[in-house]
Order: sequence, then C-alpha cells, then structure tokens
Amino acid sequence: MSGVGELLGPTVIRLFGDLVTKELIEASEKGTWPDKLWRALEEGGLTLPLVPEAAGGAGGAWADAHVIVRAAGKHAAPVPLAETIVGGWLLSQAGLEVPLGPLTLAPVREGDRLTLARAGGQWRLSGTATGVPWGAAAGHVVAVAESDGGAMVALVARGAGRVTPDRNLALEPRDTLAFDGAAVVGAAPAGSRVSAETVTVYGAMVRAAQMAGALESLLEQSVRYATERKQFGRPIGTFQAIQHNLAVLAGHVAAAGIAAEHAFRAADRGDPTFEVAAAKVRAGEAAGIGAGIAHQAHGAIGFTYEHSLHFSTRRLWSWRAEFGSESRWAMRLGRRVAAAGADRLWSELTAR
Amino acid sequence: MQAGAGRANAKRTVSVFHFALRSLPPEAEAFRDEVRAFLREALGDRPSVRRARSWGGFDPEFSRRMGARGFIGLTWPKRYGGQERSFLERYVLLEELLAAGAPAGAHWVAERQSGPLLLRFGAEAQRERFLPAIARGELSFAIGMSEPDSGSDLASIRTRAVRTDGGYVVNGTKVWTSNAHRSQYAIALFRTAVVPDKKHEGLSQFLVDLKSPGIAIRPIINLAGSHDFNEVVFQDAFVPEDMRVGAEGDGWKQVTTELAYERSGPERYLSSIALVLELIRAAGASPDPRAAEVIGRLVAHLTTLRQMSLSVAGMLQAGQNPNLEAAVVKDVGTTFEQSIPEIVHALLDIEPTIDSGSDLQQTLGYLVQRAPSFSLRGGTREVLRGIIARGLGLR
Repeated sequence: MSGVGELLGPTVIRLFGDLVTKELIEASEKGTWPDKLWRALEEGGLTLPLVPEAAGGAGGAWADAHVIVRAAGKHAAPVPLAETIVGGWLLSQAGLEVPLGPLTLAPVREGDRLTLARAGGQWRLSGTATGVPWGAAAGHVVAVAESDGGAMVALVARGAGRVTPDRNLALEPRDTLAFDGAAVVGAAPAGSRVSAETVTVYGAMVRAAQMAGALESLLEQSVRYATERKQFGRPIGTFQAIQHNLAVLAGHVAAAGIAAEHAFRAADRGDPTFEVAAAKVRAGEAAGIGAGIAHQAHGAIGFTYEHSLHFSTRRLWSWRAEFGSESRWAMRLGRRVAAAGADRLWSELTAR
Repeated sequence: MQAGAGRANAKRTVSVFHFALRSLPPEAEAFRDEVRAFLREALGDRPSVRRARSWGGFDPEFSRRMGARGFIGLTWPKRYGGQERSFLERYVLLEELLAAGAPAGAHWVAERQSGPLLLRFGAEAQRERFLPAIARGELSFAIGMSEPDSGSDLASIRTRAVRTDGGYVVNGTKVWTSNAHRSQYAIALFRTAVVPDKKHEGLSQFLVDLKSPGIAIRPIINLAGSHDFNEVVFQDAFVPEDMRVGAEGDGWKQVTTELAYERSGPERYLSSIALVLELIRAAGASPDPRAAEVIGRLVAHLTTLRQMSLSVAGMLQAGQNPNLEAAVVKDVGTTFEQSIPEIVHALLDIEPTIDSGSDLQQTLGYLVQRAPSFSLRGGTREVLRGIIARGLGLR
C-alpha cells in the first residue's frame, strides 16, 4: 500500500513538475481547460486510484490517493483531480460504472440538498448544488442524493443541470448546478460506508491534503527566495528574524502534512471522520498562518500577479473554507469529544 | 551560483522535513494496557492540579515502584537491568505517564538522558555501577550544563576541570540544575582544556557525586515559590578519573547527543494535558458552540502533535537521527502547550488560584505560572528555530 505510494511519489511529482507550468495555471484562470494535463493524468493512471482494476482503476488505497492529491495541491494543478478520485470511489462503492474524464461532486456545501425520485421508470435528479468544483467543465457529476429508500449515488452527465458559473479566490470554477428532474446515467444505493455527509468528509480530507501540498510549496518558494534575495549586502535568509519565521512555517507544514496523511490512513482503516476533522482544522490554521509568513518573507514581489506565490496562497485561502471551515469542523470534533467525556479523550487519541 | 544553491536548498526541505506516519506494533498496544493498569492503581483519583506537575513531581517511592515493575530503562540491555524492549514500547510508556500526570521526576532525567548517555559513551564499569540502580528507580540524576554566563550559548561554559593526581579538580558554577538537592548524581559538562577561539573543543563530561566535598548546592526559588532548580558551586571539588564519561575533549559531541535525547520525547507537547481535560470536564457533555470549537481545535492539535511525536519515536526505533524533527516537534509542541492557559482564560470566566477554588482553577493557576518555562527548558524556542533554519539550509 505505502509501497505503491512510494513508487507513485516521484512519478507524480515529475508529471506535475513538467506539465503544470505558470502559463498553464494562468490560462486556466482565464477559462482554458488544461486538456493535455488531464490526459496525461489519465494515461498515468492517477485519476482513479480507488477504483478496482477490473473497473478501469488502479485498485489502490487512500494512502496512494494521498500522494497524488498532495502533489496536485503542491503544484496547484488546475483540474478536479481530488474530486475525480473521491467521485470514482463513491461510484465504485455503489457498484456503478466509472466513466472516463473529469468528475465532480455534489452537493458540497452544508444545507444544499439533492433528491432522486423515480419517474417513468427512470431515476431523476432534482435540487440545487452551489459551489460545485468545475461544475460546468467536469464530464460527469457524482451526486450523493436522498431518495425514499435512503442515500443514493447518482451519476449525471455534463449539461444535465442549469449552470451558473462562479469561482473561488484562486479562480477555480465553483459553479451552481440546478437540476430539475434531470436524467441520470446511473443511480444505485450508496455503499455501506457512504451517507449524505460522505462528500463533505472525503471532500474535507482531500482539501486537507491539497493544503498540505500547497504549504510545502510555500516553504520551498520562501526558502529559495530568502536564499537568493539580497538586502544590506547579504541574503535575507541569513537574518535571524527571517530564519525564525521560516522555521515556524516549517512547523506548520510538518503538522499539516502529517495530519492529512493521518486522515487518509484512517480512511483505509474505516471511518475517518475524527481524523478528517482534525486534519481540516490543523491544515486550515496552517494555511492562514503559513500564507502570512510566506508573503512576509517575499516582500512586495510576492504580492504581484507576476510572481507565482499567489497560486498557492489564493488556493489556501479558499480551500481552508471549502467542505467546511475550521470552525465548523472544530465544533463538530469538540462536540464529539465532549460527549464522550474528558476521561475518554486520551484513549480516543491513542486508538488512532 | 546563488540561484543554484537556493534551489538545492529548497529541494532539501522536502526530504529533510518528512515526518513519516507510524503505527505502533501490537505488542506496544498490549503493553499500554499494562501501563494503564499500573497507573490507575498507583495514582488513584488524585486531582488534576497534582497531575499537572507530571514529571516535575519528584516522588522516589513512585520511581521505585516503576523500577520494581521493570518500567525504567525499558530499552536497555538486560545485563544492565533493562528489559530489551523497543523504543516504541518506551514511547507508549512515556506518553501514558505524561497523559496520566505521573510524578516521574525522580527517575525522569536518569532514564531519559543520563542512562542512555552512559550506554552510548560510558565505560563498562560505569554502566555496571549506575545503570542497574537507575533501572531500580533508586538513583536520581541532575543535568549540569548551564552556567551563569552560559545558557543558550552552552559551548561558552567556563567551569574548569583541571587534571590532578587520579582525577580532576573542579571550580565553577552551574545553574538551573533541577533536583540537584534531591539527586545523588549529576552528569556535568566541564572545560578540561582552553583552546583559543575554539569553544567547542576542550569540553568533557563527568559523573559527579553531588555529596562530594567542595560542592555547595543552593536553592533557586522559582516565580511560583517552588524549589526545583539550584545553583551548584564547585570549589576545588575532586572528581575521580574513572568518573569521566567518554574521552577527554569529546564533551561537545556527547552533550549534543544528550540534548537530542532530552528533546525528542512526548513531554514536549503534553505539559498542559491536565488543563485540557479539566476544560473538557467544565464544558460538559453538551458544550456551547464556543466551547465546542475551542475543544475541537485543541484536540486537532493534540492528535496531530501525537502523530508527529510518534514519528520521531519511529525514527529512533529505526536507528535514525531525528534531531531536526525533534526540534520541530518541540517548537510546535511547546507553542501548543503554552497556549492552553491563554485559551482557557479566553473561554472561561474564572480566576486562577493556588489554595482555593475548583480543581480547574488550581490547575490553571499552576500551569499559567509554569508555562513560561516550557519554551525555555531543554533548549529555548530561539535555539530550536535556529536548528530548524539550519535544516532548511538558511544557516
């Protein structure tokens, strides 16, 4: 499992390193779909790590997905790769066929609801989902919807719903999809591990890993800049104030990284909700503090569009709030811990 | 050239700071149950304010009971009184002691650093003489590093050990020597040679019998009125040759290793756990949204720090040198444990107390006064951040 992950690491890093250029991210911010990147990801077998091999996937584990998602976050890859990975897993759990091409998830925001009902011998999807990542661009939407018989997973093709485009701070598409009895490609009862909140939990998990990746990028960019940039006749990284700030950043990078990896390991073992909550909170805090430190180290140049730092920091500012903010996840985790009682906390922690 | 060096450094950061996620083996988890049962029985229902003292609590009777159970020197060879168990089992033991707030101070330093230092650098006769007694919980050790003019700049120490017949004559002063007044021995760093412009050379480590003539131990009372630290003054004190640890002049290399032992454990993030637990108790089973959020954030940090700390234990078990990772955990961990009294103040309308009030108030009163030391002891925050910056390639 982790063996595959270790083999995967260098491949993934090379692929993103070669293909996700500044020009590519800028083009995507203007609305260009990075087709070549997506095809390379598919050909590399990186889009469906959790889907069984017989169904066209890599037959891997969440630990493998972690390597891919973290690298995608580190390189600011402007594609719904994390969403496709979760979507593919949801479809497999429900026994549905997994199509090729980018997938997205719905609903992603608390309070949004989608429903499935049978009409004319066909399942039909209704309801509005806001903030859907690449809602217009993704080939298919994987929806977890409510039906009379409980939670179901439904697959709908692009164009099945009315699209109102929107975007996050990183100019990644976050569209509103309105379905009004839309035809589905397939629908099935959700697997035993899937409920109405599963999209939120796994969505928060992949965002935590993306944030961990983006934080690594902040640290690398900041260290490089502090080593190259000279003031007062010497590299600014030789000043103790800068060194200590970057040491603090390194601590947040390490914490966010292990928190995210911990959540993915929990997903391989069972219900990861506890670890996901912790990871989303910890990585979210690291995102806010880390972006602040990285910008301070970069000075004015890091505040320009010309410099690449903002590709990471704008993503961090949005990702920390997507699939539930730190405050929401912290409240949820806090309620759970309080309900179990103080005397249970330590054994809860050591069981993980 | 500059740009190239920068990129090379940047590349290093990825591998340098990789905290691998670890799992504890089943035997370590089975051992945990054994430790918990022992601690339940040994600690009873003592209040949080006493548990908050944790390894600051000095209780020779408790340490002897630990020794009798084979819980001291867990990883050491059996011929020295150890159990030859893994570092991961030792990690479980330490985190259980800390989480329960066990008064482990009478053996903590000896088990954590003095014993391992002797195992690594000591003479066979020293190991045979001291390790079994430490493992039985009968010997307490103090750390003789800092001096009045040498804190973070440890290599600048001036206490001299000058060769004489059969040993050394020592003159100088050590400070912040915790438990010197109730320990039998210290391992101290002295200057055996003055090498101009090379302060890291000419240092040597010694086993010091604290009852020897020429050693005066004077209390230094801390801000809360407690007597933990001391000033230890050496005035023509004699230390026999066979009490030198390792070769003359190897002191700096050895003391750096000793500091790595001192910094790498779970005590660097769990110092305020008693207050976290009291806060959760005070919030009740159905906390209001503010309290729930605060508790959730604390637990997110705790569980993450535990995984980081466990990762360092895994590196120790694998025979790697986790100095850098240990510095990261200590910096992040002490920042966390230091923040807890602040967080409690922000959330609850209570006054910290010493004698009166609830267990929560007293625990807050104790820890709010203790917290400044968390980022000083075992290497200041600034020293650790310097170590991390060096790991990043900035120094």
